[in-house]
Amino acid sequence: MKRKLLIDKAGVPGIASYEVYRREGGYRSVEKALKSMSPDDVVEEVKKSGLRGRGGAGFPTGMKWSFLAKPEGVPRYLLCNADESEPGTFKDRYLMEHIPHLLIEGMIVSSYALGANTSYIYIRGEYMWILHILERAIAEAYQAGWLGKNIMGSGYNLDLHVTPGAGAYICGEETALIESLEGKRGNPRIKPPFPAVKGLWGCPTVVNNVETIAAVVPIVNDGGDEYAKIGIGRSTGTKLISACGNIQKPGVYEIELGLSVEEFLYSDEYCGGMKNGKQLKACVPGGSSVPILPHFLVTKTAQGESRLMSYESLADGGFQTGSMLGSGGFIVYDEDQCIVRNTWNFTRFYHHESCGQCSPCREGTGWMEKVLHRLEYGHGKQEDIDLLWDIQAKIEGNTICPLGDAAAWPVASAIRHFREEFEWHVNESKLSQQRNYGRVSEKTFVNATA
Amino acid sequence: MPDQHNHPESQLQFSDETLKLIATLTAQYPDGKQKSALLRVLHLAQLEFGWLSAPVMDYVARLLHIQPVEVYEVATFYSMYDTKPVGKVKLEVCRTGPCMIEGAEKIVSYIEQKLGIKDGETTADGRFTLKTVECLGACGYAPMMQVGEHYHEHLTEEKIDRFIADNA
Ligand SMILES: Cc1cc2nc3c(=O)[nH]c(=O)nc-3n(C[C@H](O)[C@H](O)[C@H](O)COP(=O)(O)O)c2cc1C
Ligand code: SF4
Ligand code: FES
Repeated sequence: MKRKLLIDKAGVPGIASYEVYRREGGYRSVEKALKSMSPDDVVEEVKKSGLRGRGGAGFPTGMKWSFLAKPEGVPRYLLCNADESEPGTFKDRYLMEHIPHLLIEGMIVSSYALGANTSYIYIRGEYMWILHILERAIAEAYQAGWLGKNIMGSGYNLDLHVTPGAGAYICGEETALIESLEGKRGNPRIKPPFPAVKGLWGCPTVVNNVETIAAVVPIVNDGGDEYAKIGIGRSTGTKLISACGNIQKPGVYEIELGLSVEEFLYSDEYCGGMKNGKQLKACVPGGSSVPILPHFLVTKTAQGESRLMSYESLADGGFQTGSMLGSGGFIVYDEDQCIVRNTWNFTRFYHHESCGQCSPCREGTGWMEKVLHRLEYGHGKQEDIDLLWDIQAKIEGNTICPLGDAAAWPVASAIRHFREEFEWHVNESKLSQQRNYGRVSEKTFVNATA
Repeated sequence: MPDQHNHPESQLQFSDETLKLIATLTAQYPDGKQKSALLRVLHLAQLEFGWLSAPVMDYVARLLHIQPVEVYEVATFYSMYDTKPVGKVKLEVCRTGPCMIEGAEKIVSYIEQKLGIKDGETTADGRFTLKTVECLGACGYAPMMQVGEHYHEHLTEEKIDRFIADNA
């Protein structure tokens, strides 16, 4: 049996309204937690569940929560990260758009667990219409007594607000998000101090992804142990995957972690296979920042084992032959797609989004963009490929925040697996210049170098 | 309503409704932290005044009791804010990878040809502005563009034609 814990009811007519959501069993976790559990009991269930952060890094949520400093007389904050700007990722949007009360409910139990009395949802500015949906849902929750003072006579108070960004990928990084929420430019802070000690307005703060917070609802309802039964190994529970690219059925799917990539990509229940009868060329399984996998490493690991949708299996082989689950942004490329063009496009994105504080990131992304542009447009030289390799290696690990690494990995993995294609752009510069928007009609590149 | 391109100091005033909303927004933060409402207030300012000119930003600074430079810093950092005049209708077409492989580049060229402008430009009548933007979280419904608060997904040339005709 395949279980769905988050978006199973997303299709119920009117589920975005409080009335229907409540009728379908909504807000039970708040009743349960406030009536029969202490905040520490909730943290304990989350620890038992094995839930890992769904924003990309996969850090154990229960552990993160237990790091939160609790100095006397200082407010603590829970911030929901709804910035969702990683290319290929559109799952949080789906959840908030269709079933907004699930996020509100999760915010209430999670805030209770952390002892936060004011919490904020920070949502990317482009999702302004979803901000309005959330504002409506929050108003309904206040009306029904799930927010405000002395919730359900428990003595617990919580105010919840939603606030927009304004178009900056970097504000998804947790310390940049905090800066932005303070009404400033989104420049990441140097860590330590970590937000758990000094976050919003200098107070202890937890930042969690939308999906992470939503997952706390079934964890409290059914218990952490029940949640941990789903999944495989240290990848417990379900995960939202947003699938896009050259597949039959792009969209948002909730899977049990441990599902095989083969089934996810080819079965009709999920992606439905490749579009237009084309062949699979490559896949970026976890949002633009994670390494690209050539076709022969997508459904199988280098050892020939079946590749699974889990933190461990997608990373199997390390950066040599693996990738990462990341944010769950699953991007699929068919045989016509040009890896050099895609890499150039992503690098332009990171250059555009670099906040500019550290020179390896600011200069390195710009430099890589330039070199990739000339390669893609048939003006590159053989040495450019090695130059690119050098630049990405100099960025990785040398920056304040992980955006630098996120910019380096796609370049490194593209060169590692598709070097022949980069060389083709140098050797066949005429052909390279003539292509229509970089499309390759020949099947030249299907077989990436291992 | 002040015109799109000039914001004479004396005419700058949010509508009563917006002023009420701003009071609610600033109350969402602890005392002395009203600056946190800045990003939202700048969105509202752009909606009401068309773009963020220096007088508009100064007005916002006065409202939130912060220095004008604190507003300029933010307005120039975030890509959604226009610190130069733009057309009445701003077409923001996503150009990032997943949209690109579904034909975003062709869509951009098509709009450029149709409107006779390049990326970043505004038509002579001040009606349309074209801007390419980065991933908007609609990758599975590509290609796409955002206009105001609306997402237009699975874009085709016919859809563009219709949209431009409806908004000309
Ligand atoms: C450049 C960059 C962008 C990020 N964008 C997001 C994002 O849009 N949404 C998100 O939840 N996490 C994002 N993250 C991860 C956050 O920093 C943080 O780890 C996450 O919100 C923690 O929540 P989780 O533990 O629930 O995953 C980003 C990180 C980096 C470095
Ligand atoms: S790595 Fe890039 S985005 Fe991150 S702080 Fe440095 S310059 Fe800014
Ligand atoms: S790439 Fe265009 S919406 Fe994500």
